[in-house]
Amino acid sequence: MNRQTNPKTATHLDEPRNPGMALDLNWVARAQANTSAIERRCAQLGARRSVKKDYQAAWLLKAITMIDLTTLSGDDTQARVRRLCAKARQPVRADLLAGLGFDGLTTGAVCVYHDMVEAAVAALQGTGIPVAAVSTGFPAGLSPLPLRLAEIDASVAAGAQEIDIVISRRHVLEGNWQALYDEMKVFREHCGDAHVKAILATGELGSLRNVARASLVCMMAGADFIKTSTGKESVNATLPVSLVMIRAIRDYFDATGFRVGYKPAGGISKAKDSLVYLSLIKEELGDRWLQPDLFRFGASSLLGDIERQLEHHLTGTYSAANRHAIG
Amino acid sequence: MTVKEIFETMDYGPAPESDSAAQAWLDGHKRAFGHFIGGNFTAPANGFASRNPATGVKLAELSQATGDDVDAAVTAARAAQPAWEALGGPGRARVLYALARLLQKHARLFAVLETLDNGKPIRESRDTDIPLAQRHFYYHAGMAQLMESELPGAKALGVCGQIIPWNFPLLMLAWKIAPALAMGNTVVLKPAEYTSLTALLFAEICTEAGVPAGGVNIITGDGTVGEMIVNAEVDKIAFTGSTAVGRKIRQATAGSGKSLTLELGGKSPYIVFDDADLDSAVEGLVDAIWFNQGQVCCAGSRLLVQESVSAVFHRKLKARMDRLRLGSPLDKSIDVGAVVDPVQLQAIQSLVEANTAGQMYQAKVEMPEGGCFYPPTLIEDLHPADTLMQEEIFGPVLVSTTFRTPAEAVQVANNTRYGLAATVWSENVNLALDIAPKLAAGVVWINGTNMFDAAAGFGGVRESGFGREGGWEGLQAYCKQPVATKKLSQVKAFTGNGAPRDAIDRTAKMYIGGKQARPDSGYVQAIYGPKGDLLGHVGQGSRKDVRNAVEAAAAATGWSKTTGHLRAQILYYIGENLSARSAEFSARIDAMRGTNTGAEEVETSIQRLFTAAAWADKYDGQVHNVPIRGVALAMKEPVGVIGALCADEAPLLGLISLMAPTIAMGNRVVLAASEPFPLAATDFYQVLEASDVPAGVVNILTGTHDDLASTLAAHMNVDAVWCHSSSPLSETVENSAASNLKRSWVNNGQGLDWSADHSKRVLQEATEVKNIWVPYGE
Repeated sequence: MNRQTNPKTATHLDEPRNPGMALDLNWVARAQANTSAIERRCAQLGARRSVKKDYQAAWLLKAITMIDLTTLSGDDTQARVRRLCAKARQPVRADLLAGLGFDGLTTGAVCVYHDMVEAAVAALQGTGIPVAAVSTGFPAGLSPLPLRLAEIDASVAAGAQEIDIVISRRHVLEGNWQALYDEMKVFREHCGDAHVKAILATGELGSLRNVARASLVCMMAGADFIKTSTGKESVNATLPVSLVMIRAIRDYFDATGFRVGYKPAGGISKAKDSLVYLSLIKEELGDRWLQPDLFRFGASSLLGDIERQLEHHLTGTYSAANRHAIG
Repeated sequence: MTVKEIFETMDYGPAPESDSAAQAWLDGHKRAFGHFIGGNFTAPANGFASRNPATGVKLAELSQATGDDVDAAVTAARAAQPAWEALGGPGRARVLYALARLLQKHARLFAVLETLDNGKPIRESRDTDIPLAQRHFYYHAGMAQLMESELPGAKALGVCGQIIPWNFPLLMLAWKIAPALAMGNTVVLKPAEYTSLTALLFAEICTEAGVPAGGVNIITGDGTVGEMIVNAEVDKIAFTGSTAVGRKIRQATAGSGKSLTLELGGKSPYIVFDDADLDSAVEGLVDAIWFNQGQVCCAGSRLLVQESVSAVFHRKLKARMDRLRLGSPLDKSIDVGAVVDPVQLQAIQSLVEANTAGQMYQAKVEMPEGGCFYPPTLIEDLHPADTLMQEEIFGPVLVSTTFRTPAEAVQVANNTRYGLAATVWSENVNLALDIAPKLAAGVVWINGTNMFDAAAGFGGVRESGFGREGGWEGLQAYCKQPVATKKLSQVKAFTGNGAPRDAIDRTAKMYIGGKQARPDSGYVQAIYGPKGDLLGHVGQGSRKDVRNAVEAAAAATGWSKTTGHLRAQILYYIGENLSARSAEFSARIDAMRGTNTGAEEVETSIQRLFTAAAWADKYDGQVHNVPIRGVALAMKEPVGVIGALCADEAPLLGLISLMAPTIAMGNRVVLAASEPFPLAATDFYQVLEASDVPAGVVNILTGTHDDLASTLAAHMNVDAVWCHSSSPLSETVENSAASNLKRSWVNNGQGLDWSADHSKRVLQEATEVKNIWVPYGE
């Protein structure tokens, strides 16, 4: 069921959206995740794959195109969001970009709370950079369902092209897969044409097996992306959690032919870590997933470290944060 | 490619490890090496080239050791040994610690040199081989430190001849040298001719670490040098390599009194149950069969998948295979490097080409040009009857089959001559821990594979060899508890033509499968007392009686599954019943031997039974402290079926001293009674019959040891054979034992004093340590 898409020209629109499927509880129950073995694989990965020199620079530039540049703070203002959007438009200093033979590189998206969507959409007008809104009572997801749905509606109406919803963790912890499926399905319906990322809040699901099962249920209910965390849990994106989720994505693709995207969020702040994530995706899912329509980093400080590494690559001299614009 | 182009392709690109330091080291030695003997390198002599298998480029010229070189090395080791042992554990611990530290300090040089010489990916030599080698020296520095307090009375064996393979050159050196030095031995080690370079670099650091001259001697050369070491005046041979060569070494050392440990081949099962984390089990296979190009004795090379998940598992496996990267071993992003030598590559190719069964899948990977490379290969739908399900390939070739039930998984897994390692994947702890003890293997990994550590013993059962390396259990191979023996001369039966002592004729039978059995030969032998009076007749045991007895013992598998508590009760009961008839047994012994020691012998025999009963539920295993989140359970398992030629001079005590601890551990035994004085043993079966000993657990044969020894020792269904006969049969027994590489314990004409308690030694001989690795975590 391998759908033919050319990874080199793939854009947001090429990939057919995951329509979802009926809840298959047998499949959900079969899912296993052996923690020790998964940790071993993750521990080995960094040593099995190494990307050096020009290759490293290219991979880091690719990583930038997959960053959801994010601000999710109580003290966000429209001006602060406009500053972030400016950075999203020009994430790397022009001279560095030119030195690497590039022009016109942007981040994957800008990710904000609903109240900041309008300002972000306005600031990104004409850039093609989508605005993602966290939604559904982010980060705990415990507000009344009608309000959560209304929040999606409002963000879509305000111009958000991507909606990052949070699932009800209690459905997972109670083993109520039907409830999780129903909730995800109705979220997806309210998103309309906007792509929906399902935030599992993996740090609160108790086990990797639960992560695997929740991943499957969200994909069955039509998630376009599955995402690790809100960034607000005490443990956010980790390699083991990522491995479990992307293996679920692979199984889902094998069974349905639809590619679901993956977004690790929170805790990825070093350029080197981003390379390990990319090689994990390349190894387990394949090159097609190394595009912004199927992979995103939810990160705020990662970009700064990448910029410094790129300058070092070009000049051979270690860089400093103040030489790169803040976002 | 430009950055922009790479941005599109997202290729890995090259990530080479520099080999300049290793090349400089080779240049520093003018790329020619002699042997390291008595603390100095000899001048390079005629020899052979050592090549980089990835490129075919010659790395150095090595010397082929001569008989004189071997003699010089053994002499140097012999001269150095007493002082090294006398240095004491703490003194040796410092040297071993220094070796560990130096291996650490020069880790990268060792790793690069290993990869150049062997062809394994730099990631493996850097992250596995060299760190594990360091770990072995650290661990055994500790063992040296603790030897005197924890192994009181233990002595070094002396000079150890060690012959190691090419698949883990430095690591196998560490496995051999670290415990040997720790226990006060000195060594003569021969690395494999393909891969001698890191051993020579190690020789250099020995001097830096303060190993005294002659403590470690490294001589290079091919198998003929190995043969010379085996035949030299050494006290121990430790060999890791093929089963065929191991068998030859067993024969060559038979009856020599040289201690022997063999770590040989395998065709280790990798069992995937339907409730396993299948993706992790697939990834485990990368570590199992594509680790070190599959050139691993314990490689999980025989995949057994439960039918219900076989299709999906094989689909995932093939997809994973296609993502493996083959190439220059010095590239840090390579999964599979070069096979060690064109000869080995040819061997792999011919085995695979000769196979016509099943379906072959070779990974769709980019193959490097030139060099000894072989693609990761899967052959599925094979069956136990297919050659490749039985023969070790020693390359990156996995064979697979399916099973229906856990019981069938065990049956298929154990359908092999080997028994090195096994892997079990299941999320069900009940299932995994039920299967692990049933597998014929020295090491079992649950939900993981190829996990090694100095703290856990490694070694096999069946034709995978004997002895353990690592852990407390591994020290048994390098030290001994001195025990008084005296030279045996053959104890002759009395002759005579006197009248029977008893009015009623009594013919003692043999005892086979819980029944009294007449000899198959139809012949009996008269047993006379010292004054020539006829005491009775016993059957003349022959091949067929051995066959029947082994058959019965092999069938009595239920005994091995009973609890220690139950076996203790039965042993106490035997003691109780023997005690009730002690006067009769005592009189019988005195009548046969013409002495008045019978009462004492019976009393001591009862003591042995009680001691064995005491141990039955106390000879515990261990939980090893290995560096994972999990446990390595060192379980003491019965060896299986043990055949023993019992002491002639102690007709009851000799037999019971061997039998009691042996059956206490759950073994089944075939015992050849004292040849000149067999009637105590034949009386004894009545005691067994009265004591609830299940049929087949103890079988007693009578007749001449000469007639019984070779059949018993060669029998493929016997797992260990012991010779405590006063007939000079040790060499015969060990020679015949080579058939299936059964464990042996022979007296070499030096008799034990049976009035002393040897129960601990018998317990050791009657058990194997199986290490079951159980990583956990949710």
